[in-house]
Parts: sequence; C-alpha cells; structure tokens
Amino acid sequence: MTRRPPWLLVAVVATVVLLLHLPVLVLVLYSFNASRYAADWTGFTLHWYARLLQRPDILRALRLSLTVAAVSTVVATALGTLLALGLARRPFRGQRLVESGLYLPIVTPEVVAGIALLILFAALRVPLGVSTVIVAHVAFSTPFVAVVVLARLRGMDRALEEAALVLGADEATAFRRVTLPLLAPGILAGALLAFTLSLDDFVITFFVAGPGSTTLPVLVYSMVRRGIEPTINAVSAVLVVLTTIAVAVAGRVGVARRP
Amino acid sequence: MTAGLRRRLLASFARRPSAGSWALVSPALLWLLLFFAVPLALLLGYSLMHRGTYGGVSPGFTLEHYRRFVDPLYLAVAGRTLGIALATTALCLLLGYPVAYGIARAGRWRNALLFLVILPFWTSFLVRTYAMIILLRESGVFNAVLQGLGVISAPLDLLYTPGAVLAGLVYGFLPFMILPIYASLERLDLSLLDAAEALGARPAARFRRVTLPLSLPGVAAGSLLVFIPALGSFLTPDLLGGAKTMMLGNLVQNQFGPARNWPFGAAISFALMGVVFVALLAWLRVRDREAAA
Repeated sequence: MTRRPPWLLVAVVATVVLLLHLPVLVLVLYSFNASRYAADWTGFTLHWYARLLQRPDILRALRLSLTVAAVSTVVATALGTLLALGLARRPFRGQRLVESGLYLPIVTPEVVAGIALLILFAALRVPLGVSTVIVAHVAFSTPFVAVVVLARLRGMDRALEEAALVLGADEATAFRRVTLPLLAPGILAGALLAFTLSLDDFVITFFVAGPGSTTLPVLVYSMVRRGIEPTINAVSAVLVVLTTIAVAVAGRVGVARRP
Repeated sequence: MTAGLRRRLLASFARRPSAGSWALVSPALLWLLLFFAVPLALLLGYSLMHRGTYGGVSPGFTLEHYRRFVDPLYLAVAGRTLGIALATTALCLLLGYPVAYGIARAGRWRNALLFLVILPFWTSFLVRTYAMIILLRESGVFNAVLQGLGVISAPLDLLYTPGAVLAGLVYGFLPFMILPIYASLERLDLSLLDAAEALGARPAARFRRVTLPLSLPGVAAGSLLVFIPALGSFLTPDLLGGAKTMMLGNLVQNQFGPARNWPFGAAISFALMGVVFVALLAWLRVRDREAAA
C-alpha cells in the first residue's frame, strides 16, 4: 500500500516505534552516568565498565553463556534442520501430528517447561550443571530452527532439485549442490535465532542451572534482585551489544552468500 | 560415512519414502520427547499424587490439587492473570494496529520501520524488563522527568503495581502484534480499495468494510501471539509486579520453591497449559484457514 499517510498516523507510528526503543536506550545511556543512585545525570564515566572487568563472576558467567549458546546452537541447528527436511520431503503418516506438535514447545509457558525439566532431572538424580542447561537450550531452540528452515523449504522452488536429478545428479549430489545452498539462508536464520534465544534465556535456565552453571542472564537476575546498581546497566549494555553483533554478523554473511 | 554407504542409504530412503522422512525427523523428535514431552507427562503425574512432606510427592491418586483452585485466594490469581493477559492483548492491538497500518503505507520508509520493529526481538527480554525498572522506580527516569517539569511534587509509586506489569508486557510483546497485522495488510490488494472508492465509499467506510475485514487473520494471529506468552509470563510480574501482582506463573514457581507443594504447582501448570492449548488450537485453525484462502 503506498498512498500518502496522514500526519496523525505518522505521529502514532513514530511515537510507538520510539517507545519501543526508549527503555533500552535510556538504560545504555545511564550505564555511562557517574551518579550511583538516582536518575540525575552527574557526568560521563566508564567506571561501571571498568568495574565489570574486576568482577570474575561476571566474566565467568559471560564465558559460560557464550559456550552454552555456541554448543546448543550447533546441536539445535542440526536437529531442527533435519526435522524440517524430513517434514518437507513427501507427505508421510503422522506428518501433520509432528508438524502441529512442533508448536507445543513454542507455546508452553517457560515456567512450566523449566519446572518439568527440573523434576525430570531430580527424578533421574541428574546433578544440575552446564550439561543440563545445554540439554534444555537445545530442547527449546530446536522447534524454532525447524519452523524457520521449514518455511524456507516450503518457499523454495523444488523444480531446481528435480532439474538436477533429471540432469543426472544422484540424490546426494542434488542435495549438496542445489538444495543446501538454496537452504543456507534459512539454516543461518535458524541458527541465529537459536543463538540469541540461548544467550537471552533466563526462565528455563533459572530452573535447570546448578550452583556452578550461572549464565549471564541468571547472574543479572540475581543482581537485580539484590538491588539496583549501575554495574547492572553496564552488563545489560554488553548483552545488548553482543546480540546486536551476532545479528549484524549473520546479516552480513547472509547477504554475502546470496547470489 | 563413506560415499557408497551414503548412496545406498539414500537409495533405500528413495524406495521407502516414509522411512527416509522418519530417519530425518527422529533425532529431533527423540530429543523433544525426552526433554519436553516426558517431563510434561511426569508433571501431569505429579499433579495427581499426594504432597510429600519436604517437597516432592508421595504415592497415591488424588484430585485434591485441582479442587484446591476453588479457593478464592487462587481464583483471584487466576482472574488477575487472565485479566492482565487480556488487557495486554487489547492494548497491543490498540497500539499495534495503527503502527502496522502506517508501516504498510510508509513507502520508502517501510523497510527501516520494519527493522526497528523487529530489532527488540534480538534484545534480551530480561534486559528490557530491567530497563522498565530503571524508568519506573521511585528514583527512576520517569519520576525525575515529571518532577523536573513540575508536573508532580512527590515521586509516584509506579513500580510494583499491576500497571507496571501491564506496561512491561505491552512493551515486551508489541512486535508480536505489529508483524502479523502488517503481513496481512501488506498483501492487501489495492485495487479493492480503488473499486470501493469508485463505488462511492468514503475513507472511513473503505477502512471499515474492506481493509479491516481483510486484516482480521493478522489480528487473530497477533492477538494469540501476545495472549499466549502474556498468560504464562513469569519474569515480568516477578520483577515489576511484586507480591500483590502475582500471576499464575509466579504461583507455580512459588509452589515448587518456598511453599513446597509440588503437586499443587503441577496442577496449576496444567490449568495454565489447558488455556494455552485451547489458544494454540485456535491459532492453528486460523492459520490453516488463511492458508486455504
């Protein structure tokens, strides 16, 4: 639709889009505020960022978050992509059930999923730690990867694959040389989603993390519960910048890959 | 895997197509079965057992945990949860529809605006909720600005109120409403509006009788995408609500934590899941109907 929008509509769109970003912008701004307590601006400082570097718990949590996100992204992307390929091949018995069931983990409240996993680990006497966190992250990321890759597969022109087969490629070659390159942006988008979901997850991790496996969001949460202090603003800003970098890198790679 | 083996495997898949599909599907399915379905089944089982003395459960079958819901105390939490989730959906619709409509008509600004609406998706929900604390707390930015302007003399109690939870949820889920409505408006065939205009319909009538009905699938999808997570929210009421604005998600956590009543916590979880499941079925129907259209 391209008719000239009336000014009232422009004002509403501008206001809402601004409000959507204002809280995080204010947060990042205040991570540079010298004042410790109130909202008064008393001068620019990097003090709170310097403090971060002196906090081994924050650095440890950051490293753990990145490790968990990397490992769970690789596993979830593999599982989710295979799942999507299986669902998109040809119709099979139970396909509709599997495909609809895929949305169940997506809509289940995180508290419920987290506690259910917690009682499973408790019943099996599995000690909570990094591995339980990774297992949980793979479980909640895989359906998202599958949905994204499946959408790409369904939007693809399957005639290209058939052309490859007609021209004498076997199924494996056709998959490697035609399907996979066409699918790559979808897989990349799925992986990016899995990475940021893992990096950002608080609720499920909160339940399945043990004392030695505090990820950055879990640490930030406990800091917030203990009391508001400017170091939290600085950690939050770092978290925002990290995900922004991930999105930017993925965007670049995705654009560069496209023919 | 050697090339020969791979080729033979693929060939066998080609002969029995459904076996190939199942081979591709099963690793993920197994993972989700083990770490999603089985835990949920366990939780369902717990909800029907007796309460253990020090947390956990003790054997036996009972429906008492589901009956306990009738207690006015818990009905109040359930009512508040439903009310906040509905209010969040309504507010998101009220704010989101004009934005989606505006973006669909924004011409060359369209992609930039879409990017700005999608961007919050990539920002940690925890960070965004924490940012609301910075804005709303007693010595927060919002109060400071109002006091600075002389609108108020003493800081307002904004944090730890139902209003703060509502604001946090609307802020958190608004993009879920905007994007599906935008998608349905973007597909709208402009010649339909030209036809309505040629037939003498005024702008208001064109909107009410052409644009609005055609965007309803987007409205339905967006409403469910907001309503479902709002209903199950835990972090937002936990950080912005305080004890008086407890929602069902917090009640569940409380039963598995300090209250040490696992079966009751499990029963609340399934009451919550029931509502979410109905909403999901509704969404799948809407989606299928849209796909058929």
